[in-house]
Amino acid sequence: MPAPIRLRELIRTIRTARTQAEEREMIQKECAAIRSSFREEDNTYRCRNVAKLLYMHMLGYPAHFGQLECLKLIASQKFTDKRIGYLGAMLLLDERQDVHLLMTNCIKNDLNHSTQYVQGLALCTLGCMGSSEMCRDLAGEVEKLLKTSNSYLRKKAALCAVHVIRKVPELMEMFLPATKNLLSEKNHGVLHTSVVLLTEMCERSPDMLAHFRKLVPQLVRILKNLIMSGYSPEHDVSGISDPFLQVRILRLLRILGKGDDDSSEAMNDILAQVATNTETSKNVGNAILYETVLTIMDIKSESGLRVLAINILGRFLLNNDKNIRYVALTSLLKTVQTDHNAVQRHRSTIVDCLKDLDVSIKRLRAMELSFALVNGNNIRGMMKELLYFLDSCDPEFKADCASGVFLAAEKYAPSKRWHIDTIMRVLTTAGSYVRDDSVPNLIQLITNSVEMHAYTVQRLYKALLDDISQQPLVQVASWCIGEYGDLLLSGQCEEEEPIQVTEDEVLDVLEGLLVSNLSTPVTRGYSLTAIMKLSTRFSSVNRIKKVVSIYGSSIDVELQQRAVEYNALFKKYDHMRPALLERMPIMEKTASNGPTEIVQTNGETEPSVVEPKHPPPVNQPASQGNDLLDLLGGNDVPVIQTTMPTKPASAGGELLDLLGDLSLGGPAPAPAPPAPASQPPFLLDGLSSQPLFNDIAAAGEAAYNKNGLKIDFTFERANPNPNVAVITIHASNSTEADMTDFVFQAAVPKTFQLQLLSPSSNVVPALNQGTVTQVIRVLNQQKQQLRMRIKLTYTHKGSAVQDLAEVNNFPPQSWQ
Amino acid sequence: MQFMLLFSRQGKLRLQKWYVPLSDKEKKKITRELVQTVLARKPKMCSFLEWRDLKIVYKRYASLYFCCAIEDQDNELITLEIIHRYVELLDKYFGSVCELDIIFNFEKAYFILDEFLLGGEAQETSKKNVLKAIEQADLLQEDTKEAETPRSVLEEIGLT
Repeated sequence: MPAPIRLRELIRTIRTARTQAEEREMIQKECAAIRSSFREEDNTYRCRNVAKLLYMHMLGYPAHFGQLECLKLIASQKFTDKRIGYLGAMLLLDERQDVHLLMTNCIKNDLNHSTQYVQGLALCTLGCMGSSEMCRDLAGEVEKLLKTSNSYLRKKAALCAVHVIRKVPELMEMFLPATKNLLSEKNHGVLHTSVVLLTEMCERSPDMLAHFRKLVPQLVRILKNLIMSGYSPEHDVSGISDPFLQVRILRLLRILGKGDDDSSEAMNDILAQVATNTETSKNVGNAILYETVLTIMDIKSESGLRVLAINILGRFLLNNDKNIRYVALTSLLKTVQTDHNAVQRHRSTIVDCLKDLDVSIKRLRAMELSFALVNGNNIRGMMKELLYFLDSCDPEFKADCASGVFLAAEKYAPSKRWHIDTIMRVLTTAGSYVRDDSVPNLIQLITNSVEMHAYTVQRLYKALLDDISQQPLVQVASWCIGEYGDLLLSGQCEEEEPIQVTEDEVLDVLEGLLVSNLSTPVTRGYSLTAIMKLSTRFSSVNRIKKVVSIYGSSIDVELQQRAVEYNALFKKYDHMRPALLERMPIMEKTASNGPTEIVQTNGETEPSVVEPKHPPPVNQPASQGNDLLDLLGGNDVPVIQTTMPTKPASAGGELLDLLGDLSLGGPAPAPAPPAPASQPPFLLDGLSSQPLFNDIAAAGEAAYNKNGLKIDFTFERANPNPNVAVITIHASNSTEADMTDFVFQAAVPKTFQLQLLSPSSNVVPALNQGTVTQVIRVLNQQKQQLRMRIKLTYTHKGSAVQDLAEVNNFPPQSWQ
Repeated sequence: MQFMLLFSRQGKLRLQKWYVPLSDKEKKKITRELVQTVLARKPKMCSFLEWRDLKIVYKRYASLYFCCAIEDQDNELITLEIIHRYVELLDKYFGSVCELDIIFNFEKAYFILDEFLLGGEAQETSKKNVLKAIEQADLLQEDTKEAETPRSVLEEIGLT
């Protein structure tokens, strides 16, 4: 058989291939030749063949059939073979394969080889890809070599030890004795790897850390020598002596000095020296300065040193080299919390970075830093820069920037008008990137700025005239026009020239939103509700009635439902309409978490408006909608919430039954339950036509357990309001068929408020394969004993099932 | 350092050194994604980028990209120096190194890297010492090769 072609030959040939297919053909041919050569157990050419295989592997072709051959090469006595064999092992084998374990013996022998270059190969391979088992077996050999006087081997053994420790942390102890005089070495290679080893040990074990603290003086001395010594050609890089070693020592000092006064003091001088004496004209000097700054910030350094560090970072920000600027911004971000004032001094430089033409990551860091530096004094100037940044930054950062602007504006706004203007600016320039939760937050903000209502609605209206594509802007604007449309008409604006606008023009704009392709369903909902609200503020009631009735047959189910309800409002309950559509009260935030918190009202005695301030209307499941219903708090109207399928008539009817009870105020009109007189009447009574009491469940047992459906209650307290009990129901189904269209409804006595969040699912899987959970929040301000009436509906084996039950024995902790 | 990749402007891999255990499939996926990401960067962008939970440091030398993945606590600027040192070593060894040298002598490029870094950390900070070690190892390779040929010839004619 002819000699296999040489490696270079193969490379040349493969590079002549003009297509992928041609290359693949060549490779396959060669692989076949190599395979037969392997089969022949040819020692002479094994090395050459494996080398070729490694080349093909790099091109992306499979080479696993060469794994065993690598092992044979490693076992060979020829250095050439070993070199390629170990390389192949590092490239083709990894610790997942069992094959690599066969290497252990070879490596062991080679670690004790007479030639240091062979020993080196073994150490390198072990330190690169040794598995935990291999490390365990060979740790002793490595430890031996760590104590050798041969610096060539000692440095490799140190890094190999690092790998062993990473793989088998328990073995760390055994290397401790060998570290004793590592730092007395003169050889830089050994010094460098020793410092790496010490760093690894200190990072992993607080005991080791305490033990090695005594090395601080020695490390300081070594560092000092590096800085003070003259030109050393062997380790010189642009006039700096062994920057790699300097950086590693600084890093180890950081770990040793952290949280320790004595060590930190001992290294204070040298850090100051490095910080002031290091050449900054090239990257290498800056690399050392960077590490120095990180160390200064992490240890217990005196304030003068810290200021020095921050100033270095400030200088970095002015450096022409973008890499240096990047590193500075990242570091400043880490320190801005602890050294706020020092960083503030560099604020203008940081803000300039926002305008950097360069990469988005840097501008993002500059933005984060800028937000961290905003305070009451600089808010106006900073906001100008940040808004300018918002205009020009990458789309992927606009959402974060917008949120940051809103937060900063909320915290530091110098005036309400400025605040509203800032919000307007964000909505009009980056309106489509604003986060969903901003819309309710902004609405809340606007309601609170009572004196700015006229100005706000005017500006929003004008913005709508320009552009209706940005949904958050459109939603906020619709809501405001719905609420404050009368102010718009009356031209009451003080802050700027009031605009002249007619009712029809306003209604045109709102109707335009309804029909526009640009509007999302959510926006349409806002718009329809706004139109409805205007029926009590404008005189064009007929026009509004017409619009509402048209949408009663809209394909969009959401719109349809709303329209039908509003229609009903016109027809049957017109006497209630003014009260229902009144101005919203000022909403106070109990926590800054957003709309799903229960919102306290300020004690309105009239029934507050029933309409949603968030897209989903009363009878929709989205949790944001529930917020609204808490506004009914003044009357303690219990809420029935369901994930109902839309049947407008009954849905509307159900809602209005509630309202009917509201205005009548007395006991329920429907057949009263056989309830003991002491209990306050349940307003759910109108729904029931069956005996209302089934099992009175004691909480602690299943609250409800019938026909295979079991419902458990679990309780916890809500933060921050201790009067709110958070109850989670867990529904499980032990029958063999799924329960679909599962709906859980609950009602509580008048003195409580109830909020039902969305269920996890509408299907309770059969045979207890999973549970449906749903969260109920109950506000129990009068600390009365909690009682609950529940209604369950679901479809099981094709037929609809409905059941009612009362849950009475809630544990005292849940309501006290 | 977790890994180092060398690739051309067309995205062809010229060297891959992995210091963390990953399957072949994962390595290929990472390589493909990272190469794409780095090649998409514009010249004015800085040499650092954040990718998954790693910091990537890359630098282009002529037609080759040198790309390292380092951990959070590692110093990016000194990593640039490490890359530069490796290029200097290659340059000294091959005499004005170019991409073709690395293509045709990839195994040598690995040997040099393995004398400079071990387990992802620098084992020798002196350029001279690394080159000396490689030289010695090369000589050893030559010696054993030379030692082979005469012996087999003598054997062949039955004179040993």
